[in-house]
Amino acid sequence: MRATEAVGEARRVMEICNACRYCEGFCAVFPAMTLKREFADADLSYLANLCHGCRGCYYACQYAPPHEWGVNVPATFAVVRAESYAEYAWPPRFAALFRRSGVVVSLLMALGIALVLLLAALANPDGALTAARPVAPGSFYTVIPLWAMQVVGIASFGYALLALAMGGARFWRDAGARASGGGGGSGSGGGGGGIGVVALALAAWDVLTLRNLGGGGNGCNDNSERFSMRRRWLHHALFYGFMLCFAATCVGFVYDSVFGWQAPYALASAPVLLGTVGGLLLLGGTVGMFAMRLVGDAAVSPRALLGGDVAMLAQLALAALTGLVLLALRGTGAMGIALAVHLGVILSLFATLPYSRMVHGVYRGLALLRRAAERKLAPAGAGE
Amino acid sequence: VLDPAKTWDVLVAGGGNAALCAAITARKAGASVLLVEHAPRTMRGGNSRHTRNLRAMHEKPTDVLTDAYLEDEYWDDLLRVTGGNTDEHLARMTIRASGAVFDFMRESGVRFQPSLSGTLSLGRTNAFFLGGGKALVNAYYLTAERLGIDIVYDSEVLSLAMDDGTVRQAEITYRGFPATVRARCVVVASGGFQANLDWMRQYWGDAVDNFVIRGTPFNRGRVLRNLLDQGVSPVGDPTQCHAVALDARAPKFDGGITTRLDSVPFSIVVNRDGERFYDEGEDFWPKRYAIWGRLIAQQPGQTAYSILDHKSVMLFMPSVYPAIRADTLGELAVRLGLDPAKLQATVAQYNAAVRAGNFDNTRLDDCATEGLTPPKTHWARVIDTPPFIGYPLRPGITFTYLGVRVNDRAQVLMEDGRPAANLFASGEIMAGNILGKGYLAGFGMTIGTVFGRIAGAEAARHARN
Repeated sequence: MRATEAVGEARRVMEICNACRYCEGFCAVFPAMTLKREFADADLSYLANLCHGCRGCYYACQYAPPHEWGVNVPATFAVVRAESYAEYAWPPRFAALFRRSGVVVSLLMALGIALVLLLAALANPDGALTAARPVAPGSFYTVIPLWAMQVVGIASFGYALLALAMGGARFWRDAGARASGGGGGSGSGGGGGGIGVVALALAAWDVLTLRNLGGGGNGCNDNSERFSMRRRWLHHALFYGFMLCFAATCVGFVYDSVFGWQAPYALASAPVLLGTVGGLLLLGGTVGMFAMRLVGDAAVSPRALLGGDVAMLAQLALAALTGLVLLALRGTGAMGIALAVHLGVILSLFATLPYSRMVHGVYRGLALLRRAAERKLAPAGAGE
Repeated sequence: VLDPAKTWDVLVAGGGNAALCAAITARKAGASVLLVEHAPRTMRGGNSRHTRNLRAMHEKPTDVLTDAYLEDEYWDDLLRVTGGNTDEHLARMTIRASGAVFDFMRESGVRFQPSLSGTLSLGRTNAFFLGGGKALVNAYYLTAERLGIDIVYDSEVLSLAMDDGTVRQAEITYRGFPATVRARCVVVASGGFQANLDWMRQYWGDAVDNFVIRGTPFNRGRVLRNLLDQGVSPVGDPTQCHAVALDARAPKFDGGITTRLDSVPFSIVVNRDGERFYDEGEDFWPKRYAIWGRLIAQQPGQTAYSILDHKSVMLFMPSVYPAIRADTLGELAVRLGLDPAKLQATVAQYNAAVRAGNFDNTRLDDCATEGLTPPKTHWARVIDTPPFIGYPLRPGITFTYLGVRVNDRAQVLMEDGRPAANLFASGEIMAGNILGKGYLAGFGMTIGTVFGRIAGAEAARHARN
């Protein structure tokens, strides 16, 4: 991690927090912090990515603005996190995409939709694109050939997975668990740090439950001292909705390539049920989180990061919405355009995945893994 | 919100834990309540915002307290730190009530957590607030708002017009403008006067210029002074305050917990002239940190320097300020502004007196000096391993002991011993009744919570009769 101004601010803040430690009960960040006396740049990258942004520590902080020390952990870490996404981006020359993540994602989404529409129009000349088609096996492939969908889908998603994995590897090399307790000032406990089955299971549990987005079990502070589980439930809706949609796609792929059953499928079929429930959850989660982002306390939600956050949410919401629209219109003359728009959004989602705020999932998961691996290390210099 | 025609049942002066407990209790009993907080909303909560736990009696383990902590042990602890400077009736009443505050706190939204790292020894006796005292204060304010308590910030109670033991009205500044408040009863929970440097100067002279006030700058003692001037009976030694050793670089006010320095028992402490002045290893630090504020206040310039070497760096909680380091003692002296020759001589004399022993920071070990005045009786090791490390120290004032005398119904007593008719007190302003000297971790919050609830209930009852 480069020593940016935000990283310097994070160090200043963590040194204050480490002399206070009142927030230990909120989340994994503070117990992880106590293992250190001195914070290397990579340690701050790790801690920033471990932070889920629940804001419990901000509203509880006796040193928050207008105190002269102006401690604001969630806002400070949000900026460091955003910088770390660029730092670990693969290939590195694409790091600049993160600086204007909102613009890049929006433009690519528009391009994706336009491109697929154009191709569909070329493949369906003389008004064939808007001709009514029955809901019959293979009707989607008359708009866009199956091979084209599969080639573009697998290529773009495969690239996204590769780039995310490379980014994750770069993060882990810089800020992952060490064989002996991590970099920087060493923990007095020594040892630990190995990635075992238990650590993997704990980290997976933390990812799947968002345990750390619970402010010690009471919820987040959305925009005031009041606690609420809203953000956690909305994120769950978003995450599990996304996973159900992904499952729908995979089941559809298996239906087609293994059993030769061609889309579109019946309303009561597995792909449609999974996709419908998933799409509704994803749409609800993204719209809810977007609304929360708009009314959120500006002090803890840096304005500079608004674009990237909104672009990611808009992209996911559109993926869900266009999928549901396609389901509703699949027996009408609008099916062709609806399908092209949906596939355009999905293409842009895959293409921008490694360069949008979506990458947070990879680094957050790896940070949780390091925390799980280091769970038994003793705090540094606690005296007892 | 401040209707000049309105008469509230209960006026609460102050906005910390004791004030909030009184206000919430009175409101729940049906009283209309106005709470007047001197600080702006962002800095509300008095010294409670810097606290982190509450000492509670309990007969068996609970979800937030381990083992048991019975009345007699609690009382013995209090007796020891106060040297008998307490009121047994009020103290035992407070101790007994301390075990029964948790339902009230939880109903008011206060959350707890396991004891913090570095404070494991308190897990038996003290319940820790999730996120610390400011989170507790936030929870109480949310509850107060929900219950319909009128709250004004940036507003200070200036005086209570008393007439034959009855408060007739209160003069306040309401967001910078003078205003008169009428209330049937008044609860004063406005703290001590440690942030009023002019008042402190009466007892400490210009030494106060070198004092650090650990908590809120809003504890000016305005209400306390006003009541004592109107024949209210005082309690506690006006010249005394709770003073600890702090990093000298701490801000003048509101530095809170992070400026404390726990290096003393593993170091030697010299004054501005480079001379030692007290046994640094007399006892475990939690039992000694409170005397070091006074010791340093008595040194020239109210300053001192904790000197240690690389061997001891990891033995204490990090201070918020960076250690001052140097490869030689002479260079360290220069960086600290001390005479290098003098510091080297003091360390050499100390090193020569250190007797070999088995160092163990977890117990009162046998590492001590021989033939040195003052001695270092535990954890004495030669200072010889660079880098050498120094921290400048100053006295940090937590609170003052002077307060108003109360009875077990939280009624403020007049000099003739009769209770004032409609005036009650809770928190630091009356803590001197029970804690006349010394300190017991988390006991200030206990007094504030217990007496806040009593004062609120009594005030509500009186207002409705």
